[in-house]
Amino acid sequence: MAEFTLPANSKIGEGKTYKAEPGAKRVKAFKVYRWNPDDGKNPVMDTYEIDLDKCGPMVLDAIIKIKNEIDATLTFRRSCREGVCGSCAMNIDGTNTLACLKPIDDVKGDVKITPLPHMPVVKDLVPDLSQPYAQLRSIEPWLQADTAPPPDAERRQSKEERAEIDGLWECVLCFCCSTSCPSYWWNGDRYLGPAVLLQAYRWIADSRDEATGKRLDALEDPFKLYRCHTIMNCTQTCPKGLNPAKAIGKIKQLMLERQG
Amino acid sequence: MSKENNPSVHIMRSPLGRARGLGAAKHGAAHWWAERATSVALLPLSLYFVVSVLLLKGADHAAMAAYMAEPWNAVLFLLLIATMFYHVSMGLQVVIEDYVRDDAKRLVTLLVVKGGIWVLALAAAVSVLKLAFS
Repeated sequence: MAEFTLPANSKIGEGKTYKAEPGAKRVKAFKVYRWNPDDGKNPVMDTYEIDLDKCGPMVLDAIIKIKNEIDATLTFRRSCREGVCGSCAMNIDGTNTLACLKPIDDVKGDVKITPLPHMPVVKDLVPDLSQPYAQLRSIEPWLQADTAPPPDAERRQSKEERAEIDGLWECVLCFCCSTSCPSYWWNGDRYLGPAVLLQAYRWIADSRDEATGKRLDALEDPFKLYRCHTIMNCTQTCPKGLNPAKAIGKIKQLMLERQG
Repeated sequence: MSKENNPSVHIMRSPLGRARGLGAAKHGAAHWWAERATSVALLPLSLYFVVSVLLLKGADHAAMAAYMAEPWNAVLFLLLIATMFYHVSMGLQVVIEDYVRDDAKRLVTLLVVKGGIWVLALAAAVSVLKLAFS
C-alpha cells in the first residue's frame, strides 16, 4: 500500500536556532531542513534569523547568506540565480519552486524550506534525482529523423511549426512538477511524471522529428502515461509558468487520434 | 512484491535499466477513452433513472412489472446497468493500481473486485429481465 506516514528514521525534529544580530530591524526566520547522512541522526529543522536589510530579495539570496555568514555546513544546489538552470528547486512555504525566483516578501511569517518532496535526500536540501534523470533518458529526448538534413543548412521549420513547441522548450528540468504530483509520489518507479512527459511531448510536437509513432508506442502504458489523473499540481507549481498537464492531455489526445 | 519495491533487496541495476523497466504495455488508451465515454453516457442515463424512480414512487410489484414491460424502459435500464458497472469497474481498477503496490496483492484485489462487479451487474440485469418478461 501507499505510505501515508514518514518512516521512523525520517521524522523531523527541532534543530538549532541562530539568532539575528542585535540591532537588526527587519528580521525574518528561515526554518531549513537539515539532514546529514554521516551522523546517523534524524532530520531536524534549523532556524536562522536573517536581517532583511542586509540580504537580497530572493529566498536563494537568504540561503546563500546563511551559508556564507552563519553556517557553512548548509548544503544545497544552485548555479545561475536567474531561473534558467533549474538547480535550486526546493519546497518553500509548502510549494515546490526555484529559490532564485521566489521573493522572500511573498512568504507570510517564517520561511519554511524543505527538499523536493518524496525523493531520497542526499544531504540537507539536495535530493537524489537519479530516477527522474533516467526516466528522461528513457524517452530519448533528442531529435530523431531518417531524412538527412540539408548539407549546408539547418532543418527548417515554418513559423507555425515552431510555435508548436512554445511552452515546452522553456522547461529547465527542475522537477518541481514531478515531485509535486501524488501519482509520481505513489508510483514514481513506473509513472514517468509530468516533467518527463512534457519533454516527451516536446519531441512529439517537434515538426523536425520523424519518430512520433515510436515515441507514442513507448508511452502507451497504464503506468508510464496513464497514471496521470489530471490532478494539476504540476501546472500549479511550475516556477516557469508552463503547463505540463496540458502537454500530457495532448499526448492522450494523440493516442486516441491514431486509433482511427 | 517485486524486487524494486522491496527495501530489503539491494538494487545495483542502473537507474536507466529500472526506468525502462518492462517496456510499454502498448495499451491504456482504450481504457482511458472508455472511462470518459461512459461518464458522458451516464449523464442522460442517470437523469432517466432519477425520473423513473420519481414516476414509480410508491408503486407495487405489478406497476413495476408493467413499467419494465415497456421495451424502451427495459432497454434503457439494461443500458444504464451495463454503462454504470463498466464505468465503476474501470474507475476502481485505476484506484487499485494507484494504491496497491504489491504485484500479487494487486492482481488478487482486481480479480475479487471485478468479480464482485460482474455478480452485481448480472443480478441487476436479470432483475430487469424478470420484470420485463413477467
